[in-house]
Amino acid sequence: MIRSAGAILRKDLRLEVRTKESVPAMVLFVVVVYVLFHFGLDRDTLSGDLASGVLWVTLLLSAILGVNRLFAAEQLDGILLAPIDRTAVWLAKATALFIYLVAVQIVAIPAFALLLLGPGLDPGIVPILLLADIGLAATGALVAGLASETRARDLIVPLLLLPLLMPVLIAAARATTPLFDGPDGDLGRWLGLLGLYDLVFVLVSIAVFDYLLED
Amino acid sequence: MFGKRLLPLAIATAVGIGLTLALVFFYAPNDADQGFVQKIFYVHVPMAIVALFGFMAAGIMAVKHLRTGDQRWDMRSYVAIHMSIILGVGVLVTGSIWARAAWGHWWVWDEPQLVSFLIVFLLYCVYYPLRFSIEDRERQARYSSVFAIVAGAFVPLNFIAVRLAETFTHPRVLGTTAGGMPGSMRFTFIVALISMTLLFITLMKLELTSKRASDQLKRLRRKLEAQAASA
Amino acid sequence: MPALPLEEAGKYVAGAYGVFVVLILVYVAIIGAKVARIEQELETLNDLVDKRAT
Repeated sequence: MIRSAGAILRKDLRLEVRTKESVPAMVLFVVVVYVLFHFGLDRDTLSGDLASGVLWVTLLLSAILGVNRLFAAEQLDGILLAPIDRTAVWLAKATALFIYLVAVQIVAIPAFALLLLGPGLDPGIVPILLLADIGLAATGALVAGLASETRARDLIVPLLLLPLLMPVLIAAARATTPLFDGPDGDLGRWLGLLGLYDLVFVLVSIAVFDYLLED
Repeated sequence: MFGKRLLPLAIATAVGIGLTLALVFFYAPNDADQGFVQKIFYVHVPMAIVALFGFMAAGIMAVKHLRTGDQRWDMRSYVAIHMSIILGVGVLVTGSIWARAAWGHWWVWDEPQLVSFLIVFLLYCVYYPLRFSIEDRERQARYSSVFAIVAGAFVPLNFIAVRLAETFTHPRVLGTTAGGMPGSMRFTFIVALISMTLLFITLMKLELTSKRASDQLKRLRRKLEAQAASA
Repeated sequence: MPALPLEEAGKYVAGAYGVFVVLILVYVAIIGAKVARIEQELETLNDLVDKRAT
């Protein structure tokens, strides 16, 4: 299973490097949304819970773009004709999405600090980002599979994904607030919640993904 | 076939609701803090609890569907979600009325149960577009079941998350949840909860019977048309 | 906030229980409409069978 997942993942990453469809679009989207927030809120710098909220809402919205593109290649070349274990497909897609998200954030977080953030960037954000990305990737790949057969796929994906990500937003935004000069919070509690979310959605995805996708 | 025992169930439901209303307005005492307004509790909270358990039950029915491949379980899961959504509308509206009466605002964000319910409700609303944008019947049932399982697992997780988010920033406003209730209130509440559960089951059976009837009718029509074509 | 006076509170409580009743009534009306449609369909099928028998 791991081997076939690895094969799909390699194919996806090679395709992404060649066509540059997802990551650059997501980065561009994130920066555009920062500018939107600058004008929408009429602020030059943000801090505390406002900064954390703007950052996480933007990252969540950009994840939608990645999720929407996740099965785009399969619909063109029909790789799923091959009898591959569905869980392996999920694992490959979730890992690909995780890598895309990390790649986007490598640019998006410094860009946020440069454009909008008042206080300096705290490296303490890295574990929050990684834990949230695992949850985003697991849920994102699952939702992409769920929506793959619907007629209005790009409509169903955000409608399904955003409510499902509400706990991630709550935990990640609350955990990030103190790093942006907000009031101190209980970091352990939020990291714990993110961990619990990751665990639940990884297990649920493994349990149900066999029933998704068509031959 | 789904209509069996519908009549006794309906009668039990009617008696239950009548008894609940009598208990609420003539037996249960007025709440010490909130006064008469607290009576909304007996319709709002049972509706919310039954709707949430309906969502989770739909998840279990969906598991049965995927395990056995029996389409009837998918139908049950669909109807359970449908009923819970209808009750959910009632939960949000009565919750809003209660918030206005007790705290002066139509919506309060520091009431974790109501806020989590809103999120769950918004998620389950997507069940309809998801289900009805898949044409193939077997595939529709399968994808809907996967949704029901994922969303069913999400319900408790979401409650934990919202509760964690609210408890430390705001003091609890509502003192009337289970713990500090006097016996007569608790008794009334339990009767209300049982009646609401009966109502849910009755309406579910009714809906299933009607769905089944129109399915049978469609099959009959197809058969007759096929005969007419061959004759 | 202090408890509302009875007449003021009565409106809200009546509203909440009213919502519940209306919800059930609307649901029953929808089921009724469905039954009417089934009945109509049955009628046309019946006619179809009658016509064929003659």
